[in-house]
Amino acid sequence: MATQARQQREPAQSKTGTSATENDWTKPRALAIPKEGYFKLEQGRYGPVYPKSPACYGFTIIAKTKPGTEEVIREYGKTIEKSLQGSPDLLAPLKLHYLRWVLFDIGKDKYFMYQGIFDTDFDKYTEDAIALFAAAGVDTVFENLEGFPEDWKTNPPAFVKFVREHQCPSFLEYGEYPFVSAGEIKKALKLKAAFSKMLDQMQ
Amino acid sequence: MLELDDIQHFLIARPPALAARYEFLSFHNAEGARTWLAGILAKVGTAQTVGSSHLDSRWVTVAFTWNGLKALGVDDASLATFPEEFHQGMAARANILGATGANHPDHWIGGMANPSLHAIVVLFARNVEERERCTREHQEYLSRCTGVEALSSLDLEALPPFGYPHEHFGYHDRLSQPVIEGTLVEPTPGSGPAIEAGEFFLGYPDEEGGPAALPQPAILSRNGSYLAYVRLEEHVGAFRDFLRQHGETHEQQELIAAKLMGRWRSGAPLVLAPDKDDPELGADLQHNNDFAYAEKDPYGYACPLGSHIRRMNPRDTATNMKRRKMIRRGGTYGPPLPEGAPEDGKERGIAAFIGCASLVRQFEFAMNVWANDPNFHELGNERDPFVGTQDGTYDMTIPKRPIRKKITALPAFTTVRGGAYFFLPGIKALRYLTALTNKSHAQGA
Repeated sequence: MATQARQQREPAQSKTGTSATENDWTKPRALAIPKEGYFKLEQGRYGPVYPKSPACYGFTIIAKTKPGTEEVIREYGKTIEKSLQGSPDLLAPLKLHYLRWVLFDIGKDKYFMYQGIFDTDFDKYTEDAIALFAAAGVDTVFENLEGFPEDWKTNPPAFVKFVREHQCPSFLEYGEYPFVSAGEIKKALKLKAAFSKMLDQMQ
Repeated sequence: MLELDDIQHFLIARPPALAARYEFLSFHNAEGARTWLAGILAKVGTAQTVGSSHLDSRWVTVAFTWNGLKALGVDDASLATFPEEFHQGMAARANILGATGANHPDHWIGGMANPSLHAIVVLFARNVEERERCTREHQEYLSRCTGVEALSSLDLEALPPFGYPHEHFGYHDRLSQPVIEGTLVEPTPGSGPAIEAGEFFLGYPDEEGGPAALPQPAILSRNGSYLAYVRLEEHVGAFRDFLRQHGETHEQQELIAAKLMGRWRSGAPLVLAPDKDDPELGADLQHNNDFAYAEKDPYGYACPLGSHIRRMNPRDTATNMKRRKMIRRGGTYGPPLPEGAPEDGKERGIAAFIGCASLVRQFEFAMNVWANDPNFHELGNERDPFVGTQDGTYDMTIPKRPIRKKITALPAFTTVRGGAYFFLPGIKALRYLTALTNKSHAQGA
């Protein structure tokens, strides 16, 4: 919000590289991010606001799973796949590029990593994301994670707190086509398809 | 069923008031504060009684800040169960709301950013004479209460002509209000279905299911709501100058005014009346809210994506809308600036309350995202032209064929002069507060 406008007015001082003058998608860019996950503390509604990087916005949530839940969690992969086949626009409001779900071991423990890359500031759309998780059946996968609040259905702030506490900010992010939104990519592809069609019809 | 006899009338019944007074109070000792509250309690209107008699001429509402609950003697364990945003208060969360620059709490007046702001008494009165009578009565009552002091006050009056509610810029107001499930009020066409009471009153099922967890003890929180109060000065002279600058004829100026709002000043929505005003439609409650954006106006050729009503109620172009509904109350203050008169430098504006069950999910979301996110709807560098924080560095895009009109350096038409978060308790909760004692407060309740 304020950050973005300020950056547009003071491109020379921009730290996150989102200023209009630096927003050049033809130049691949990397951005090293401080340990805290931000350059300057700006409080959002639920905690610090994380900056937009050349790889857009994103989160990486890592949490230990409850023993014996691996298969249940893996099953969710198929559930989400089916949900999306039924309604491809289900997650559209989250302005996502990609989601990656990973299970991995640390010693004898199994950990779950949930990584998302998207075009909206996470803090701003926290409740919308949670509502969509519920609609897509993603919410209950969290019940298999250690420390997830049992009363999350009647206590949304506790859900938000859990997500915030398990978010691990990146210390480096890279964009081959920096800062470009999913919407812009889709528009460009639509335009390309329209041109191809036009050229076909000119034959 | 809604416990109408326990809910303050404020967010349910709208009495026929043409005048109002807000008094902002500070408590110096708990006992004095509780005595004051006990003495005024019988005058507080419930949702059940207000509107049932045509003889009433004044309606009283009482609400408290977090510091106010503490000053009344609510104990720390109970206070800790209230939401963090209410605890911190509006001034502490000004940056989240976008209240920066001239809107920052450093410039607020009336003691609004002061931690010693403890309570507000809202008086709605049928007319100015009745307000003056009640004001004298309350001042006399306050003078007899030890330990309760008025920090500031604000007098409000409806603007003539009284036939329809409007604010100083001249826009027809109160056209889109949510209807609460259980009140038996029929939503007007286009307003969507009635919203679960738990979105506005604590202790009821909400749109997520619920009811959500209550602050403790339940007797203190049940049937209560949170109120975000904002005193918004309207710069009428600057607004009219802007219209003249961007429109040569009266019609062009009215069109620019409509594009900023998303409705003509008559209330007619641009989606239904894109080219010229339709005052009959504007006055017709059965039709003037019956529209959506996704299919009829996806690119904003009629109603710009960045216009006020399209930001503050994106209708079918945002998700989770039932969790973002709010009830607005309040009125206009300051003298009207006659048409054609130069800016007189007097403060005038709107002093409004937003009622909801979650300040962070409803009010703060609306201010943070809809009003002040420059990239809302991927607009890039725009904020709400009326309630967004403007400092001359944001734009306003008006989609138009063949080429859009882009207004750069939009001036500030408004300035936030104060604000606070209040808890609006139910009647039993008010009684509970009066019965607290300095030693055993909140125990066994």
